[in-house]
Amino acid sequence: MTPVFELTAASVHFGRATTAVRALTEVTLKIHPGERVALVGANGCGKSTLLRLLHGLAAPTAGQAGCAPGVQQAMVFQRPHLLRLSVQSNIALGLWLRGMPWGQAKVLALAALVRVGLIELALRPARKLSGGQQQRVALARAWALNPQVLLLDEPTASLDPHAKREVEALIDEFASAPSRMTLVFASHNLGQVKRLASRVIYLERGRVLADLPVHDFFSGPLMQSQYPAAHLFVRGEVG
Amino acid sequence: MSMATIPQLMNSFTDSLQTALQLIISLDSGLLAIVGRSLAVSAVACALACMLGLVLGAWLGVARFAGRTVLLTLLNTFLAVPSVVVGLVVYLLLSRSGPLGFLGWLFSFKAMVLAQAVLVLPVVTALTRQAVEDAEGVHGEQLRSLGARPLMRSLLLAWDERYALLTVLIASFGRAISEVGAVMIVGGNVDGFTRVMTTAIALETSKGDLPLALGLGLILLGVVLLLNVLIALVRRWRERSEMGLVGFESMGDAPCRDEKQAIATRVVEVIS
Repeated sequence: MTPVFELTAASVHFGRATTAVRALTEVTLKIHPGERVALVGANGCGKSTLLRLLHGLAAPTAGQAGCAPGVQQAMVFQRPHLLRLSVQSNIALGLWLRGMPWGQAKVLALAALVRVGLIELALRPARKLSGGQQQRVALARAWALNPQVLLLDEPTASLDPHAKREVEALIDEFASAPSRMTLVFASHNLGQVKRLASRVIYLERGRVLADLPVHDFFSGPLMQSQYPAAHLFVRGEVG
Repeated sequence: MSMATIPQLMNSFTDSLQTALQLIISLDSGLLAIVGRSLAVSAVACALACMLGLVLGAWLGVARFAGRTVLLTLLNTFLAVPSVVVGLVVYLLLSRSGPLGFLGWLFSFKAMVLAQAVLVLPVVTALTRQAVEDAEGVHGEQLRSLGARPLMRSLLLAWDERYALLTVLIASFGRAISEVGAVMIVGGNVDGFTRVMTTAIALETSKGDLPLALGLGLILLGVVLLLNVLIALVRRWRERSEMGLVGFESMGDAPCRDEKQAIATRVVEVIS
């Protein structure tokens, strides 16, 4: 099966050569269609940079990073960046920027709002919604683009528990749909990783230290013997 | 100054103030012509400067290219250029032997508009650049993710920062209408043609006609005060809007509850 993403010894460094911050170092991995990949690790380990690299927002300073041709991607950030427009217009904007006529984009935006259960807020100014509602609008904006790959950078990190559950349920629905959307998300919430992911990639200081199926990552015998750093991280988080 | 001259000066000031107020209240035609010309020159100059400055500033806020830092340093330097220097440069450009001498604009309304537009262009550009660059830091990555290229991003972010930019426009108008050096040099302060409030104040004061100078000064002060009130109102409205205190129903485009329900029902019907 052709992978959606393929990284070969990809590194991303920021700043001048002598004082460069090494955000990612020689990452090699493949992500296949339909996979649900969770990126975990401490703050500053390179999760967000890896997502940006996959999405094309960052370029590799060494190695190669490639995406299968023609694959539609959408990304949802930790904070839902909505413009001072109505909820409907914020969603339509994403479609319009990809070439759809504005009128048609606004109709599809309404469909996306139905999908996330916010149709009654279509004409409200987007910035006046609660944090959870704004993140659902951001998800609707991503869903409206009909992506084959959805990238999420800690999408529930700034939400209260109730909003967290709502957003997580939506992500799960999107990825479970018949289209089998590929999901790549960064999260600090290991419970969420267990619920949503099929594969876990553990990063430390910009390097991939473990890349395992979700079951093996949390309870497999390999973890303690072969991936001690990842094992300690999981124990510290969950135990 | 001897003690005896202070009461005389005070009398002169109060007399002048009284006469100035009479000129304003009686809507003196000479006074109104000067005020009208001042407002027209500054309004046209600001409109021209804003058309260029908003787009240029927004683009500079997003674009990254070699030499950008040098360009921004130059731009910030132009913020502090004295208006007389701008007047001198525009004078040299428009003078008979200058590169724009063929236009024949020197000592005309157009020359004053050009000088004031050149004067406020760096103000509009620099402040727009700052506002859009800050917004790019917050929303830029999301817009890039949606597929927006730099020019489109700059326009979208400028629209998103429209309340901040409205303040920029008002401030630039204040800068234009209160300057004297540039319009004095390129306009020539010709009575009935290029005399504006600031040049008239300078002239009438030198002639000793304090009531007219004071009257114009009061009006100029009033215009600047009005601009400040406008800025404060825009800021307050913006803050209320940001905090969600401006009601949904007061936004104009908000439908009533039944209409919203109808939209929801229609969409569900279409989708199902």
